[in-house]
Amino acid sequence: MVKRLIQKGYIGLVIVFLYAPILVLMVLSFNGSKYRSKWGGFTFKWYHELLENEKILNALWTTLLLALLSALLATMLGTLAAVAMNRMKKLPKAIMMSITNIPILNSEIVIGISMMLLYFAISFSLGFTSVLLALTAAHMPYVILNVLPKLRQTSRSTYEAALDLGASPVFAFFKIVLPDIFPGVLSGFMLAFTLALDDFVITHFTKDAKVSTLSTVIYAETRRGIEPEIYALSTIMFTVVLVLLIVMNRMKASAAKKLAEQQK
Amino acid sequence: MNKREGRLAKQNKLRQLLLSSPYVLWSIGFIILPLVMVVYYGLTSRDGGGFTLENLKLIWEPTHRATLILSVQLSVISTILCLLIAYPLALALRSLRLKSNGFVILLFMLPMWMNFLLRTIAWQNILEKNGVINMLLSAVGLPKLNIINTPTAIVLGMVYDFLPFMIIPIYNVLSKIGDDVIQAAADLGANYFQILWRVILPLSKPGIVSGLTMVFVPSLTTFVISDILGGGNILLIGKVIEQKFKMANDWNAGCGLSLVLMVFIFICMAIVQKYDKDSEGTSVW
Repeated sequence: MVKRLIQKGYIGLVIVFLYAPILVLMVLSFNGSKYRSKWGGFTFKWYHELLENEKILNALWTTLLLALLSALLATMLGTLAAVAMNRMKKLPKAIMMSITNIPILNSEIVIGISMMLLYFAISFSLGFTSVLLALTAAHMPYVILNVLPKLRQTSRSTYEAALDLGASPVFAFFKIVLPDIFPGVLSGFMLAFTLALDDFVITHFTKDAKVSTLSTVIYAETRRGIEPEIYALSTIMFTVVLVLLIVMNRMKASAAKKLAEQQK
Repeated sequence: MNKREGRLAKQNKLRQLLLSSPYVLWSIGFIILPLVMVVYYGLTSRDGGGFTLENLKLIWEPTHRATLILSVQLSVISTILCLLIAYPLALALRSLRLKSNGFVILLFMLPMWMNFLLRTIAWQNILEKNGVINMLLSAVGLPKLNIINTPTAIVLGMVYDFLPFMIIPIYNVLSKIGDDVIQAAADLGANYFQILWRVILPLSKPGIVSGLTMVFVPSLTTFVISDILGGGNILLIGKVIEQKFKMANDWNAGCGLSLVLMVFIFICMAIVQKYDKDSEGTSVW
């Protein structure tokens, strides 16, 4: 009993540690003073001003677009790669597996620099596309590692049965294999999206002056002080995601309950 | 019949080739080639482009060497702290016996939806002279702490930012250990600490190893955390490399120093490969 209490208390403590800065940022978004370290009374001012701050809204749009497109690309290519790797013989598979691990274990600064040098070598100009490709390359391995275990669990015979019944391999893949591995594909996508949304270092090295994401705007402002509108925006984003997750969880739970009742 | 089988086999081979080639080409173009570029720049001189080891030798300059040593020290300390915090946490989470891993992973991934630069900046508010911690301390009559702009603040930032990368792989491994294994050990007379030391710990090695590298590598190479929490007067090796590219415009020197860092990264990779044989990398996330 006491042990259980200590365990729960410890979990709570770590959660406080992880969420304390988020709470601070939320409080700052209602701070009447423009300065981070001074409290100037409660206000909704920054939420209003956010709607008129084009620099931040543009950065938000670029960030979301980059995260979404790079996650989609990474998911499609990564799933294809996982299917291909799942069928490889032992040695080529081991080689590809090691290569896949490189971007995960490599540091972001080296990934960013190396992509920049590649673009320079092939005189590919830096901009939106260069960031997009770099983020895709950096996060695709996470998709592959999420999809591969699911692929190993699917039975090959169902797929072969579909082929025997006249399905084309592509049709059989979408009808038989994809539904089986979909949880892995989805979690790979979510991971790639979250990582891209939060990325600073890779973007920092592969962008030109015209591209700005939320991270690069924030980094540029760390010295002279963050515009409070950014706190407001982050509070909104965080709250939206939190609410979405809670709703999704509820829906899942009620769907499971319904299914259980039907089975009775 | 034989002819038909031969044709089928050929067709299969072709299909496999068609299926594999996009990723093989992609990984050559976007993983291997970029790294080759770093090696190329790191081993050639800035003017003229002949082979040289000068860029690598830069690390022996006293200032750079001190920076590297400090970076290694801070990242080792924060990696160990992460392990010490995460392992008991993962054990506690395991004992909650949740039906799916999803919730735990969500709980520790959710903070990532608030920009990590912002979250690090928020630590300034918590740690600074008149910040949250000092306010609490003076409220109960304790002396103020001076943490901000010290190596301690940087270590704290590293632990904060990378702790989830230690928690998730360890929890993933621990939650897969069956209760029967632990009960068997208990039936054979092992006490709690013996079970922990001789059963659970060895079984969770792959998770620990991938957690260690997932924290060590980003801590070693970060330049953002020291920028924000070190107040700009504590230089880490990542910052030196960043400045070589963004300020000094000396790509060859930057690549030379990156190569030195990559030695550390490759050692980590080799260790992971050794422990990762049967799980094929799934323990990373």
